[in-house]
Amino acid sequence: MSRWTSPRAVGVAGIVLGAAAFWLALPPLAARTAVLPIAIGILAIAAGIWASSRESRRAGGGAIAAGLLGIGFGVLATRSSSAHLDSVVVWSTLFAATLRYATPLTFAAIGGLFCERSGVVNVALEGMLLTGAFFGIWGAIWAHTWAGSFAWVIGLAAAALAGMALAAIHAVWTITFKVDQIISGTALNFLALGTTGYLFVDKYGDTGTPGNVPAYGIPDIHLHFLQNWTFIGPILGQLNLMIWLSFVLLVATSVFVFRTPWGLRLRAVGEHPRAADTVGISVYKVRYIAVISSGAIAAMGGAYLSLGFVHSFNEGMTNGTGFIGLAALVFGKWRPFPTWGAALLFGFSSALADRLPAAYGNQWGTLFQALPYLLTLIAVAGVIGRSIGPAASGRPYARQ
Amino acid sequence: MSDFEADELDQEPVAGVPPTPQQHFPSRFDGAKGVVTPLITTVVAFLVGGLVVALTGKDPVRVYHAIYEGTGVGWLFQVGNHSARIPFETGHMWFPWDTASVAAGNLQQTLLVTTPIVLTALAVAFAFRCGMFNIGGQGQYVAGTIFAVWLGSSFASLDPWLHVTLCLVAGALAGAVWAGIAGILKATVGAHEVISTIMLNWTAIWVGSYLFGEGGPLQGAQVSIPDSNNIVDGAKLPVFWGLKLLQGLSIGIFIAIAMLVVYWILVNRTTLGFAVRAVGFNPEAARYGGISVARNYFVAMAIAGGFAGLAGAIDITGWEYQIGPADIQANQIGFIGLAAALLGRNTAIGAGFASLLFGALITGTSSRQLDPSIFRPDLAGNLTTIIQGLVVLFVGLNLGGLWAWLRRRRRA
Repeated sequence: MSRWTSPRAVGVAGIVLGAAAFWLALPPLAARTAVLPIAIGILAIAAGIWASSRESRRAGGGAIAAGLLGIGFGVLATRSSSAHLDSVVVWSTLFAATLRYATPLTFAAIGGLFCERSGVVNVALEGMLLTGAFFGIWGAIWAHTWAGSFAWVIGLAAAALAGMALAAIHAVWTITFKVDQIISGTALNFLALGTTGYLFVDKYGDTGTPGNVPAYGIPDIHLHFLQNWTFIGPILGQLNLMIWLSFVLLVATSVFVFRTPWGLRLRAVGEHPRAADTVGISVYKVRYIAVISSGAIAAMGGAYLSLGFVHSFNEGMTNGTGFIGLAALVFGKWRPFPTWGAALLFGFSSALADRLPAAYGNQWGTLFQALPYLLTLIAVAGVIGRSIGPAASGRPYARQ
Repeated sequence: MSDFEADELDQEPVAGVPPTPQQHFPSRFDGAKGVVTPLITTVVAFLVGGLVVALTGKDPVRVYHAIYEGTGVGWLFQVGNHSARIPFETGHMWFPWDTASVAAGNLQQTLLVTTPIVLTALAVAFAFRCGMFNIGGQGQYVAGTIFAVWLGSSFASLDPWLHVTLCLVAGALAGAVWAGIAGILKATVGAHEVISTIMLNWTAIWVGSYLFGEGGPLQGAQVSIPDSNNIVDGAKLPVFWGLKLLQGLSIGIFIAIAMLVVYWILVNRTTLGFAVRAVGFNPEAARYGGISVARNYFVAMAIAGGFAGLAGAIDITGWEYQIGPADIQANQIGFIGLAAALLGRNTAIGAGFASLLFGALITGTSSRQLDPSIFRPDLAGNLTTIIQGLVVLFVGLNLGGLWAWLRRRRRA
């Protein structure tokens, strides 16, 4: 069987077709007939069924899901007026918004990557994001009287410290006391929600966080030479510093985890702690460092959310972002760049949901708020199937 | 994320190695042993919570006292010579407590809040017994409320008992289906239930907000108000203590207590419960013994969701009568049930008492009961969340076991 007709390749082609079914109905092509997305979607589903019946169930399932979604959204798009479509689907704006929504997810997921690669499950990412969001903005507000427009640096430091403190509890609980890792993580999520909410009401209760935060928030990077370029200019021309940092983090993580001796130790501890211990790697030490640094990284994502994106804080403002980041990590099979791809997908659906109300009214915007969660559900369920994480993930290690 | 291979990683007790706290009390799936550990846990959680209050410049003793006053639990100790209305009859009888006092009203609220917590706690506990961590109680609860409101505000001419039963059954079924999705995904493709149930939570919350929000298909008759219609009188549960208009206590509390009994029988006295527990203890051994692991994952999740869905339906038919996006988004009952189940060690009696504790805490910190001159209710609400987190944190740590572990280590 040639390379291009292997079940896996057909399945992947099906996924692409499913996406195309939706894409054709959107500007600039904006097909006005429902037949086109339906026909292409059916092709995608057929490819999916063919692939999944020939032992490529993962790609096949993905193609079937993509085909169904492509038909659904494609028909919806052909039914709505082109003026509405044009106002919602401005690709450059959508992509810029995608990057903005994907960045907290990326930080959370990369934080989770370090933690889970060392063999500790981290469902506390949500709480770490929230902690970072609160202490980031709190630190910046505290510092802006003397640090001026650079107060965000103090904010980032405060966020990182707070995230590390929360992660340190997770480390002590799961590594030293060997508490169930999911229970510990869940507890920390509640604790973060309650503590940040309490401090927020106590400090900023009646008025909310001050309105002058944008003046000393994390700055946008204006690349003037890019701004006249078509398409790329509006996307990359004025991204927030933290978005660029997330790109750096991705590359650095990839190199660190897969190209350095420290990364090898990290992975060894997560895959087979007993073997790692035998060759003289301190399992506890590696795990402690990994868990605590995951807190710092995830908290950076939270600080971006409050200090670089919305410029305010609200009780429970992360709304499950940390869990979506965790799902992106699982979807991306604990690898940096596939994880980022998943984060971009979830970010895109958030960006779409964000732009809908302007054209279609609030009710559709509300319903589409469910889209990233639904996509995550489909991702962890159908498309990836059994995604096998680090072998020792979730298991405490006892030295002998 | 979880797979059951790699047996060499298991920790058998080894000579010369100090045992971990969890080997004293296997924490996650253990039975009803011990009242002491949950009590210590509660006390420590409240102490640390009090510390937070003190650090932000308030007097924790006054705060806790005000919260206690708001719960109405003190009513039980106010014994005297009073008379009480006989429920559902005309006439009065002698009664040791004053059923119309302020404290009585507060206690009604506490029990009203305890009712759904008991059920969402059972939703967590039952899944736990099958080795699954059901964080989706919130979404299952919302699914139950959606169907109870929808059916309760339709069929105005239906027989009242039939109507209210229909609402409760539909709510429970909705919760079961919603949780069943996570169960099927776990059983077939191995999707981790923690992620899938959380995603189902948010999906339920936003779909509910859409349904009852402005312009939504189930929005009530008043176009400008984002709320559902009120359910008709026939779909409301009878109120047996206090006034219906003042949110008196409905018979939902008895349904919750009955469900505690059902849970106990189901877990301890049925084949289904045995199979569920076997899968929870060791899926590989259960599979080897001829028990279908996949089927039990689904069944356990669906039953768990049924409890949570019933909680939502009882809240609607018992006192809420209508619902809007704001209610759906602010509700935390499913998550409180999680803490109650863990504190109650997944047993019927434990979950019952732990639910009462959290029901009292929520009522005592609500803006309706707590005197804002002593402590801001919105601060107190967050204090509840902190205490909830501390409880889960210390339940996981197993303070009783830790104490024994430290003592043994010092002696060694």
